[in-house]
Amino acid sequence: MTGTKQTYVGQSLPRLEDRPLLTGQGRFAADISFPGQWTMRVVRSGVAHGKILSIDVDAALALPGVHAVWTGADVAHIPPIPFRLTGLKTLEPYRQPVLAQDIVRYVGEPVAVVFAADAYVAEDAADLIDIAIEPLPAQVRATEPPGAFAEGLSTEPGVIRKGFGDIEAAFRDAHAVVSLELSVGRHSGVPMETRGAIGRYDEARDILEMHGAAKVPHWNRDTIAQMLGRERHSVQFFEGHVGGGFGIRGEIYPEDVLVCAAALTFRRPVKWIEDRREHLIAANHSRDQTHRIRAAIDAQGHILGIDNEFFHDNGAYIRTHAATVPDLAAAMLPGPYRVPAYRVAGHIRLTNKTPAGTYRAPGRYESTFVRERLLDAIAAEVGVDTVEIRRRNLIAKSAMPYTLGLETLGTHIVYDSGDYALLLDKTLAAAGWDELQTQLQARRAQGEKVGAGVAMFVEKSGLGPFDTVRVDILPDGGVDVITGVASIGQGIETVIAQICADALGVRYDTIRVIHGQTDRIDRGMGAFASRVTVMCGEATRMAANKLRDKALQHAAQLMQTGAESLDIVDGEVVRIGGGPSMPLRELARALPDGLSAEDTFESTHMVYPYGVHVAAVKVDAATGAVAIERYVIGYDIGKAVNPKLVEGQIAGGLAQGIGGAFLEEFLYDEAGEPLSVTFADYLMPTAREVPASTILITEDAPSPLNTLGLKGAGEGGANPAGAALAAAIDDALQRPGAVTRLPVTPMRLKAMTSG
Amino acid sequence: MTEKSTITLTINGHDHAIAVEPRRTLVDAIREDCGQTGTHIGCEHGICGACTVIVDGEPVRSCLMFAVQAEGKAIRTVEGLAAGDTLHPMQQAFIDHHGLQCGFCTPGFLMLAVGVLEREPDISDDDLIDVLSSNLCRCTGYQNIIKAVRAAAAEMRK
Repeated sequence: MTGTKQTYVGQSLPRLEDRPLLTGQGRFAADISFPGQWTMRVVRSGVAHGKILSIDVDAALALPGVHAVWTGADVAHIPPIPFRLTGLKTLEPYRQPVLAQDIVRYVGEPVAVVFAADAYVAEDAADLIDIAIEPLPAQVRATEPPGAFAEGLSTEPGVIRKGFGDIEAAFRDAHAVVSLELSVGRHSGVPMETRGAIGRYDEARDILEMHGAAKVPHWNRDTIAQMLGRERHSVQFFEGHVGGGFGIRGEIYPEDVLVCAAALTFRRPVKWIEDRREHLIAANHSRDQTHRIRAAIDAQGHILGIDNEFFHDNGAYIRTHAATVPDLAAAMLPGPYRVPAYRVAGHIRLTNKTPAGTYRAPGRYESTFVRERLLDAIAAEVGVDTVEIRRRNLIAKSAMPYTLGLETLGTHIVYDSGDYALLLDKTLAAAGWDELQTQLQARRAQGEKVGAGVAMFVEKSGLGPFDTVRVDILPDGGVDVITGVASIGQGIETVIAQICADALGVRYDTIRVIHGQTDRIDRGMGAFASRVTVMCGEATRMAANKLRDKALQHAAQLMQTGAESLDIVDGEVVRIGGGPSMPLRELARALPDGLSAEDTFESTHMVYPYGVHVAAVKVDAATGAVAIERYVIGYDIGKAVNPKLVEGQIAGGLAQGIGGAFLEEFLYDEAGEPLSVTFADYLMPTAREVPASTILITEDAPSPLNTLGLKGAGEGGANPAGAALAAAIDDALQRPGAVTRLPVTPMRLKAMTSG
Repeated sequence: MTEKSTITLTINGHDHAIAVEPRRTLVDAIREDCGQTGTHIGCEHGICGACTVIVDGEPVRSCLMFAVQAEGKAIRTVEGLAAGDTLHPMQQAFIDHHGLQCGFCTPGFLMLAVGVLEREPDISDDDLIDVLSSNLCRCTGYQNIIKAVRAAAAEMRK
């Protein structure tokens, strides 16, 4: 009997999430409505920086269907939005108020809100609100000297400083020094579902509810409760379907606080759904860094030291991520290479642009671009090819676990496992690298501008400190897995069910994974930093094992045998070797307290997947367009629970990486006016721009930090895409170091080729 | 702008008598007045295609059409694709090929692909990718959507 037991982990099974999403039964934020609800519309600043002189709301209030208008004065008692991660003390004066108080600092900043009967009336009313603003000079470049945020507060609220080794000695002893200035443009996650939130006050139970929660429902619940002066259990958050996360969705924004405060004040459900223009000027931007980097090298191109100074354009305020993005950029920059000495200074700079936060591979899309450009420049300096220079500098497998000597997200960075050289070999083989080089040379000889590039990286994932999971056997034989994580579309219901199914001995499609409901579990960490499969997966395995042991103990009594002679197969407690069996549901019914178990997985270290991207491109010198002819990704994630979903994560990340490399950019004019406010200006890749890619998932370096060897898969598709494509363009142009800035738009590429 | 007219929208064969302002978009009417929230709103200016529905056999962006313009026309939305518990081949192909992640753009892609393939079952691969490039997806990187639509096209030709 036990020999036939099915194993779910490692199989590309169909998703449990799909059916309602395919039949129109999804419950996204805009799909949630309550009787008698009001619509909230935000009136935003049209000026990048200025002093509010007056706000005239009379005409708006006179419009039929308008219930109320709030300005800054109405919410002055609500504190600014606190930090969730990397919250340095010096950043606190720069937090964003829920509505502007006297000064506006970016186009799109909430200045007032209208509450009305429906969205059409609310928009009409918003147009009637007259805001007089006296303009102040706008700061639009983070590389220029800092100005004043407010009296006594510089627009440089902090500098991230990290390092190790003797950097002075490294440069003193260097055979050569390679210096570069590189920048990555301002772009962001831009999920297809805009943000949305519905506040509802249940007077009978004195419970404030927020629907449309995402990403980190428990933290947001606790924080909004605190901001509004309520006990945390009197506030409950509910996550429905979430139309893409990517780091940006689900952080606390002013609008989330406003719908909750309004629901309490007006005792009415209050619904806010963002429109696309608002999204592009109000939701977190990301990236936008300029790095000035120098490497000290020996005659063979071995890195002796890296010294980097960079400028991070955080926009107008410091939001929930505080210093997270520049901190990660600084801490993850060394990547898969031996760097004996390192020094970095990351200047956090505020400008009069939409505030910034994390976006898939935050800080690493940027620092991988910078590091890999540096490796390519070292190769050119030494006169070896770009693969050979990497081989010379990679951290050896024998050095694992590798203590980098830096900290980020409250953890010491220790690469837990990895065989970087092996993955490089495998990926180059999958790309047919040697043959590709021959073909490209022949085509270049015919006048074609074709080339290939390689980029390598180390990712981080599985951020703790904990995840708790409860597993319940239901009376109908189903299994509930209740977690404090969240779904942003990545397929966690399926993956967690697969892990639970193996541990418990039930079919994966009998398991329902419940997430993002603060009234079902008291604490939870949510979904970010590629943490869910690692942290929640291990917690699920532990809780399911505990439940299995419990079930077998009870069954042994009822079946009058020893627990060691029993097993659970397809939801049935069976005797090993045959005989009468008992379904789990009957066992659960037979027990006065039912059948349930809870466990918590704690972890103080992250786990570090790693990868290689290989890109081959053709540059059209006449149009400045780049066609991707081949794209191969090798990624070692220790153990793939569902390889098809892992591939999906990587392919989707790649599309976003390509967007950042070629198309996507939030542009501003000199006055701080945003120029990328529709999908006609902010261009995202379509089915035409994203090529078919070859994805090689390897399991050569399971993590020693959890039982299944899991590492996260969410960010490796995006991380080095800009770096690999830049290298391929250099090669196509036969000009090492040509690309210094992303995105490489047709206009910029044409300027490079004609220059 | 607040004067409402009474119209009847026929969605998946069912009539919905509703009162709407002339400026009300078809997508708002489908979602808010007729309660069919499977059709999504992604940009409200006709670029992302999340709101794609089929009107008299043609895929249209329901954010760019007024509700009053759709009176008397046959509107099909994602809610009408499956026959009872049996999924449409396009829906099944999206499961089989992992053609969706968050699922927000999915109804728009389903209606776009079904609408085009019903009209042009033997569409060339190049034209098919051209058609699919008119909608945006932020999760999948498109390749699995293309695979799913190709597989469903073969199934629909049977």
